[in-house]
Amino acid sequence: MRLLIAALALLAAAPSVLAQLSIEITGAGAQRLPIAIAPFAGEGALPAGIAAIVRADLERSGLFRGIEVPPHNPALTEGSSVNFTEWRSRLADALVLGSVAQRSDGRFEVRFRLFDIVKQAQLGGVAYTLTPQQVRATAHRIADYVYEKLTGEKGVFSTRIAYVVKRGTRFELQIADADGAGEETALASFEPIISPAWSPDGKRLAYVSFENKKPVVYVHSLLDGKRHVAANFKGSNSAPAWSPDGSTLAVALSRDGGSQLFLISADGSGLRRLTNSSGIDTEPVFSPDGASIYFTSDRGGSPQIYRMPARGGEAQRVTFEGSYNVSPRISRDGKNLAYITRNGGKFQVALLDLASRQVLTLTDSDKDESPSFAPNGRMILLATVTGGRGVLSAVSADGRVKQRLSVAAGDVREPAWGPFIQ
Amino acid sequence: MRRIWIAAVFAAVLAGCASTPEEQDAAGVEDRKPGAKPPTIGAQSQPIRQPPVAGVDLTKPGARSILTDPSSPLSKRSIYFDYDRYDVKEEFRPLVEVHARYLRDNQTMKMLIQGNTDERGSREYNLALGQRRSEAIKRMMLLLGAREEQVEAVSLGEEKPKATGSSEEAWAQNRRGDILYSGEF
Repeated sequence: MRLLIAALALLAAAPSVLAQLSIEITGAGAQRLPIAIAPFAGEGALPAGIAAIVRADLERSGLFRGIEVPPHNPALTEGSSVNFTEWRSRLADALVLGSVAQRSDGRFEVRFRLFDIVKQAQLGGVAYTLTPQQVRATAHRIADYVYEKLTGEKGVFSTRIAYVVKRGTRFELQIADADGAGEETALASFEPIISPAWSPDGKRLAYVSFENKKPVVYVHSLLDGKRHVAANFKGSNSAPAWSPDGSTLAVALSRDGGSQLFLISADGSGLRRLTNSSGIDTEPVFSPDGASIYFTSDRGGSPQIYRMPARGGEAQRVTFEGSYNVSPRISRDGKNLAYITRNGGKFQVALLDLASRQVLTLTDSDKDESPSFAPNGRMILLATVTGGRGVLSAVSADGRVKQRLSVAAGDVREPAWGPFIQ
Repeated sequence: MRRIWIAAVFAAVLAGCASTPEEQDAAGVEDRKPGAKPPTIGAQSQPIRQPPVAGVDLTKPGARSILTDPSSPLSKRSIYFDYDRYDVKEEFRPLVEVHARYLRDNQTMKMLIQGNTDERGSREYNLALGQRRSEAIKRMMLLLGAREEQVEAVSLGEEKPKATGSSEEAWAQNRRGDILYSGEF
């Protein structure tokens, strides 16, 4: 009996292949840096190959192109001397060499070094100790290291994403690695779940659940599964957004009529009204410095994006082109605003450079929703529809790199890209 | 304990039937005299009688509620909106008037108005849009005689579409305010 229970528990813990997001890259950057990532010596002892995960991560960014590495005898290790001329002849600009060794305590040690083939120089290297369960996480860390050394900006391969999957009448709020692997369900419900928002420390999610037959804002701690109501007033409670210090939520409430913006402490105390308009105000989001709030309002006759001081005060209109501009998201450096714009009958992701006022339409799909910046600002995750099914898509901030993330037998929507992990 | 045992045997006896063995008097299969042995399978001393059926006849006049009878104007519960609009169109004013009058004449009756939108655009904006739609209907109800405490306006946004699909017909069906009365929500 005990065995049976253990077997059932294992079944429940094993991620189902059907549920996992699969990624398809549908566009790539014009100039991709050719990089050779040799199979790590001894990685066969691990449940998954490190080199393959690092390569897939880097290629998914659209900035790198993996080069096939022919078998070497003896196998290349982290300590092998590098024949720069030979790698140059294979057209590699960079090279990663690594080794895996099992330790006496059952754990593993992974070491790697990164080389600039063109400059014939070593750029650095790191060693990690890990359990077999930490192979993917370690590979993502290595990809982050390589990415940062070669591009000068932080990688996002170790970050996580949240999204909602609808299967039949069931809604699941899921958390997965940025590559779609290792998904876990934070909340399953027979009522809709929308608008997940990561706390700045990545430990909590705020979201809107209809489990009480109307929209209520919850805050959910991911480590222990504990959740509490953050806003449940008369009418609708929705659109939670975290202040950069993680103390406060901006929300849209209809308790006083219409849909107006309020601030409330993350524990649900200290409600303060922020806007006083006769129309719809919703979808607030804090600027990275916490001083401003961007939001959607129809106060001018059509839904447009506005900005106002987070302490309250007069709002200024931000978007002017088009008659439907909604769902503002601000990049971490505060320089770019992503939003959904309607072009003809198509809903697409647009990017506004706040300094130059230049607008760039990033997608050519027609039912885009819920844009979400990667924490390094390089990619934007969004929900769209292809073949009648909800899928996630990612597009680079220059519009060149595109990926699609879909899940078998389900609609995926409401993505939110989590912050850098500490 | 004994009762559980009896019930278990009873369940076995009735396993072929679709009914559940509860505390029925009407079935009369069971002799509960102290010391009486429970009947064994295939050796029942008395025939099984089914419990009586309480019928409902919807064909009788007055059987249907004035709220649900298709011939009653109060059975019309949906108000439709134009795309991205939340003003109640003139053609729906008579419908709202009928319901407002009913609330005025039935002060204990409560009403829930659910605002809905089509699937296009932002979910959050649509949630707010649905709220504006339900509130527009509520405002008209109050102007026409309903009291504030009787009417609650909520939004389901685009989350509970009545019509599935992505056609103009489906969208038009979903841009809607629905009226529900006490007991229906």
